[in-house]
Amino acid sequence: MSTNAVTARPPRAASPGRGRVTQVNVIRSEWVKLWTLRSTRWSLLAAVIAMTGLGILVAFVQMNRWSQMGPGDRLNYDSINTGVGGYHLAQLAIGVLGVLVISGEYSTGMIRSSLMAVPHRLPVLWAKIGVFSAVTFVLMLISSFVSFFAVQAIVTQHHVQHSIGDPNALRVVIGTALFLTVLGIMSVGIGGLIRSTAGGISLFVFLLFVLPGITDILPASVADSISPYLPLNAGFTVATSTFDPGSHHLSPWGGFALFCGYAALAVVAAAIGLLRRDA
Amino acid sequence: MIEVSHITKRYGEKLAVDDLTFTVKPGIVTGFLGPNGAGKSTTMRVILGLDAPTSGTVRVNGKAYRDLPAPLHEIGAMLEARAIHTGRSAFNHLLAMAMTHGIPRSRVDEVIEIVGLTEVARKRVGGFSLGMGQRLGIASALLGDPEVLILDEPANGLDPEGILWIRNLLTGLAAQGRTVFLSSHLMSEIALTAEHLVVVGRGRLIADTTVSEIVAQASENSAVRVRAPEATRLRDVLAGDGVTIVSDEPTVLEVHGLDSERIGVLAAGAGCVLYELTPQTASLEAAFMRLTGEAVEYHAGTVPEIRELERAA
Repeated sequence: MSTNAVTARPPRAASPGRGRVTQVNVIRSEWVKLWTLRSTRWSLLAAVIAMTGLGILVAFVQMNRWSQMGPGDRLNYDSINTGVGGYHLAQLAIGVLGVLVISGEYSTGMIRSSLMAVPHRLPVLWAKIGVFSAVTFVLMLISSFVSFFAVQAIVTQHHVQHSIGDPNALRVVIGTALFLTVLGIMSVGIGGLIRSTAGGISLFVFLLFVLPGITDILPASVADSISPYLPLNAGFTVATSTFDPGSHHLSPWGGFALFCGYAALAVVAAAIGLLRRDA
Repeated sequence: MIEVSHITKRYGEKLAVDDLTFTVKPGIVTGFLGPNGAGKSTTMRVILGLDAPTSGTVRVNGKAYRDLPAPLHEIGAMLEARAIHTGRSAFNHLLAMAMTHGIPRSRVDEVIEIVGLTEVARKRVGGFSLGMGQRLGIASALLGDPEVLILDEPANGLDPEGILWIRNLLTGLAAQGRTVFLSSHLMSEIALTAEHLVVVGRGRLIADTTVSEIVAQASENSAVRVRAPEATRLRDVLAGDGVTIVSDEPTVLEVHGLDSERIGVLAAGAGCVLYELTPQTASLEAAFMRLTGEAVEYHAGTVPEIRELERAA
């Protein structure tokens, strides 16, 4: 049956309506790729649940323990920070997924199919980053708003709620989505650079979570001058309303700009590797 | 048309392809033959722009692969190593590939039907057998309806029915006037479909010839096995210009350069009794092994074993 199908069809050497590779077509392809993997859908769901759930959970616990909290803690309590606290967990899901988006292609050999279809290569990287960051931003922005409003509703019982119009509130809620999106872009860059899932996730975890811990061991004077410039510490600033008293940090947008710089570095390194190295 | 010109590919210390030059002519099936590790897959990856050659150039339809505006419409490829994400279904894999060129969904369904995967098209590729994976690889190659097809070991992992299927498919594609470049380490497989042959060993070109030429060469090298009680006397009777006689056993001769009729006539003339007179036609496989014998990278045993194989064939 199958062979007849081939032989019966005349060759279509120059049949009309044949497409060509364009950036838009490659974006469509990456869109299909993102949604047709079970691991992607689960990771995104995990990120959404983490981003909305963690802040709500923490707010409940805090309100139940309100009477046991010291007066200083009550005074410094910032429900905006609690409102977006879910990012502490969501960043893991987003980072791992970002690495997987590209390392999964190397581990399965899929990258060869991708690059045979798009031999200029870079459009694949741009499309992956574009699709993944757009999806991350939309989902995390919605989750961040949901979490913010839910937390404010919970903390009303002790009258420590904030409205979205309060200073920092809108910047933090949107900043959280921006922070997680750029974190995702950075991890796509790391995945493209390292090419292996295990290696990529290790580097991601090292840069973002282990490195700050190492600087904590250093003498305070050294740590204070390094720590604000570490990727995660710089990125956090845009997603934070008020900081712990006495902590060293960059300004919200200054820190975020530096974080974007780190992400750009990872992406450029991935792009150079993609162009120069064999697939 | 694929023009490979003086390509060399070095991975660290290892020279995978060594100054290889050949042309895959349009409209015919060209076999790419060589033992495992001869550099076939590397050469194919270089043609497809996946690996950059250390030196040399490759042109596909007159252009470097990366300069093709719509590569899937010009050249379809199936690589030996799987190049498919195991978490995706066959349909979604092909759909994602099709999207890059704006190829419609209907073509995805069409190629799935051509390779006979309709029933499992929505299942995850990770659960596919080797044969189903090969069929999906061929579907990917056919997706853009290209004039040129590159297939790396397409019969690998297929059952006899599958091998017959791929043979018919290739013959069908060639009959449509497509260019097919197909690698294998089995001469018998290639001889059935290919017209032209490019033979490599240890990354070097060993032969760039036609299948019929190889067959002719193989038969030239054929021998006649003669068993006779007076083998020593018969040996002197048969000896002459262009005749070589080898003897491993006291009563058995292996005669090169004379056909069985001539040996019979000469023996009768000298009054020699013959117990056995058997023409030993060298098979294509033996011809291939003779060609590549010295270039085999990883010998399973020693060279004499290969000689025995030739004799058995």
